[in-house]
Amino acid sequence: MIYDFFFKLTNSNFLADLIQSLLPLFIFILPFALFAVLFERKVSAHMQDRLGPMRVGYHGILQTVADILKLVQKEDIIPTLADKPLFNIAPVLVFAGSYLAFAAIPFSSAFIGSNIDLGIIFIIAASGFVVAGILMAGWSSNNKYSLLGAMRSAAQIISYEIPTVLVVLSVIMITGTTNLLTLSEMQTGHFWNWMIFGGPVMGIAKFIFIPIMIINFVIIYISTLAEVNRTPFDIPEAESELVSGYHTEYSGMKFAMFFLSEYANMFAVSAIVAALFLGGYQSPIGYLGNLFGVHWLIPIEQFFWFTAKGIFFVFVQMWLRWTLPRLRVDQLMALCWKYLIPIAFVNLLIIGLITVL
Amino acid sequence: MKEYFKNAWSGLFTVFIGMKITFKHLFVPAVTIQYPDERLQLPERERNRLYVNMDDCIGCDQCARACPVDCITIETVKGLAGEDLGKTSNGKRKALWVTKFDIDFAKCCYCQLCVFPCPTECIYMTDVFEFSELERGNLIYDFVTLTPQEREEKKSNYAKFEAEKAAEKAAAKAAPVNKPIDNQETPKQ
Repeated sequence: MIYDFFFKLTNSNFLADLIQSLLPLFIFILPFALFAVLFERKVSAHMQDRLGPMRVGYHGILQTVADILKLVQKEDIIPTLADKPLFNIAPVLVFAGSYLAFAAIPFSSAFIGSNIDLGIIFIIAASGFVVAGILMAGWSSNNKYSLLGAMRSAAQIISYEIPTVLVVLSVIMITGTTNLLTLSEMQTGHFWNWMIFGGPVMGIAKFIFIPIMIINFVIIYISTLAEVNRTPFDIPEAESELVSGYHTEYSGMKFAMFFLSEYANMFAVSAIVAALFLGGYQSPIGYLGNLFGVHWLIPIEQFFWFTAKGIFFVFVQMWLRWTLPRLRVDQLMALCWKYLIPIAFVNLLIIGLITVL
Repeated sequence: MKEYFKNAWSGLFTVFIGMKITFKHLFVPAVTIQYPDERLQLPERERNRLYVNMDDCIGCDQCARACPVDCITIETVKGLAGEDLGKTSNGKRKALWVTKFDIDFAKCCYCQLCVFPCPTECIYMTDVFEFSELERGNLIYDFVTLTPQEREEKKSNYAKFEAEKAAEKAAAKAAPVNKPIDNQETPKQ
């Protein structure tokens, strides 16, 4: 584990903890946000037959760096009638909530922030934490659009948490664990051991599991997409109706924190979907490290596979964003309560029956 | 119940159709261009900023009269008998000094109506379309090739000539010599 490595290096519990807790931020979230912002702009541009940013560096590679420099220099404006303490704490809270989720995400077998037994439940709880921050931001801005956006966001996140949890529950029923590291270890071997293909169970049950798990996968993907407020579920920050929702009044670094937490969230939910259904950090085709007998290479390869899966799902999120128009509020609720939840319930029931038998 | 599953399936299926279309567009070459660096070929008969080739202008004022928004102002002074004003490229002899040829592009509506009446084809549309200014006054373009001194000289030459002629006439009529000179032919400033 990476903690032991840092413990040996620094010979202090505190320093090892500190380094380990800051590691995902500096080696992962910040570079990922830099990459994802540019990637999103490029993907959206090419999907609309445009070129996207082209000026800063080769094909605009340094565009996000320039944007960050701009954001750092910007004036930090607080509206006169805003509730200042809440207004200042909200972006921190939102970012903390989305960063909290990274604590339990297994990047590779050697790199997990905290190997807690309640892994997946902890992540769901932490993502619920974000709602408080968003509501705070919307309320304290003293702006009707912000408040409307925040209310919509809270309603949406809360109602879409139900199908997410139901699907997670069905996975837990099969595997019997909520620890994401164990869950990933169970899906080892080849890709047919991934949960989307029925998991490590053998025999006739596997063939019943395959269609159910594929449906579950679609459900959790849709509901996590709604939880991170991405198009087509972006009514909380619907540009054409609400300016930009709960972060309308924010500027400079506080806005950057919302932005960062949005991208961190995008990866976090993709990572959860990958960890639950697509084998987490497991390679679909075996490891080079095993082939050549270089064992220290395996965690690095696992890290590569995990980020590759995560970034693929982030790409699918962007892909959906440029494919689908925004849902109306009633459509949004209808999708959740009339389709996702009943189907997830039926799946849960079937999986429960099979696992009991 | 059947309707329900049909709805769910068609919802999912149509999303995939949409995704297929957008994925195809990911590989379509961009239709936009990097504008200031590369430009599209303008159409052959594009109408942009006017240009007046003053070597060919005979000061006939036809363009100014054709202009629907009166953005062209022309003032001319007759050339004196001894002066050689040169010829236009299609062989017409010039008879007038053009002392003022202003086009106000803030008013110009780019209708090209001034281009057709020109007997010497000296006013025409160019391909320049980026000439924005911060001051509206900067959009008044002066096309006259004469220097301001030359313009004043031509005007005063003609005024002098007129005055002489009037004086001669007056002398011929044996009228009082110090009658005020009527030089209404001279353009007003």
